[in-house]
Amino acid sequence: MADLLEAFRTALRLILELDAELVEIVGLSLRVSLSAVFLATLVGLPLGAVAGMLRFPGRRVVTVLLNSLLGLPPVVVGLVVYLLLSRSGPLGALGLLFTPAAMVFAQFLLITPIVAALSRQVLEELWQEYEDQLRSLGAGVWRAIPTLLFEGRYLLLTAILAGFGRAIAEVGAVIIVGGNIAHVTRVMTTAIALETSRGDLPLALGLGLLLIALSIAVNAAAYLAQAVTRSAHA
Amino acid sequence: MVAPRLRRLGAVAAALAVSALAGPPAAAEGRFITVASTTSTRDSGLFDWILPRFTRKTGIEVRIVAVGTGRALRLGERGDVDAVLVHDRSAEEAFVAAGFGIERREVMSNFFVVIGPEADPAGVRHRRDAPAALARVAETGSLFTSRGDDSGTHKAELRLWRSAGIDPRPHSGRWYRETGTGMGATLNTAAELGAYALTDSGTWGSFKNRRDLTVLMASGEALRNPYGAIVVNPERHPHVKQRWAQRFVDWLASPEGRAAIASFRVDGESLFYPASDTSTD
Repeated sequence: MADLLEAFRTALRLILELDAELVEIVGLSLRVSLSAVFLATLVGLPLGAVAGMLRFPGRRVVTVLLNSLLGLPPVVVGLVVYLLLSRSGPLGALGLLFTPAAMVFAQFLLITPIVAALSRQVLEELWQEYEDQLRSLGAGVWRAIPTLLFEGRYLLLTAILAGFGRAIAEVGAVIIVGGNIAHVTRVMTTAIALETSRGDLPLALGLGLLLIALSIAVNAAAYLAQAVTRSAHA
Repeated sequence: MVAPRLRRLGAVAAALAVSALAGPPAAAEGRFITVASTTSTRDSGLFDWILPRFTRKTGIEVRIVAVGTGRALRLGERGDVDAVLVHDRSAEEAFVAAGFGIERREVMSNFFVVIGPEADPAGVRHRRDAPAALARVAETGSLFTSRGDDSGTHKAELRLWRSAGIDPRPHSGRWYRETGTGMGATLNTAAELGAYALTDSGTWGSFKNRRDLTVLMASGEALRNPYGAIVVNPERHPHVKQRWAQRFVDWLASPEGRAAIASFRVDGESLFYPASDTSTD
């Protein structure tokens, strides 16, 4: 119990002191994970739309595959990306290993299936509901996609936030491809792993609480944005 | 009471989010080398002490990727780093012999220590050397946590078991617990279980979650822990920044680098000894 209280005190102290190194780490965490979410959205939403709305052979297989990839182990993604980006790997010449770009790439692979699978669910249901109506208005599948993306935007935002949550919280992939290098690739989760291995458990947990607070802040911002646009439409 | 702080955090996070998306890539442009080293050196805080001194002098930034010695050498073999700073002499020599590294230079050392519960149920405290101490652990079936991760400390531990004439691996899962993790995680496990473990003086000196664990044996030639620095061979990997990496290795062995290593202290205690102090043994 004393340990937990100590962790809360540490978390508050970290926030109040706004230590420069901590700000750098928090900033990199956000930068990496938001970039990964942005890219995953660009790829995942269209993928979800295709899997949810188009009729094609093997559609069920794609659906099962996407749903299974929700449970992709970060450490496996990390290993695959490491082997790709390693100097002895196929993309080694790019020199991306141990850079934030490598971390973005790994998180992108990790969360694109999440965005795709959850948005597929949303879009499939919307399409079932509105297909006849939209078709009677002369809209085919392709014309309907933007309409459904707009209609489902709040649910799709949840899919995107789920991707963000996974990205900001994972450590297995970024520690392998980023290397947890101080001032270069150290993010919240790898800093927590580092302090745990130094045996400074209150500091590790304090950083963990801060990470949760950060996640709350991002989700609250998304919720507020949603509420504002909703009331503007009402 | 928390609300204004949370609001402040929210504002900070929002500001960071904006600057993060708009900001430049985090990787600083400029001269840097990447060095694979061990969790023990990183966790001790040694790099935070010596690297700024090297960077100030040369303008070369040193990026440390801290993993076990086994993985550090693998990173070197694949050309993913410019140099390695590790502690497993025979593996280092094999690395150089296979042409992955240019030459091995011993730059510093510290000592392995046998740690265990203060009460010392196995009675290892007054054994004549480390193998005899481990033999007591095995005889009494006391819990022992092993790194089990092919790290330098793990290899050293296996060597000690061999000199004790004991193979602990058949006992894995019973009194012999292989954590398969870094030094810190293994020590956290030992602290929780009240188990014995082998660690190095550098990591132990800066480890905070000791509970009732204490050092039970700290001396003897069997426990010496030398660290070697090796520049990755550019004939294998042409992109290796050989000149800067060599400069780093040379600096570690120079009077200035040795002084930096020697002056690193935690709670007034030296945790690493520069090579010249220990290489004549």
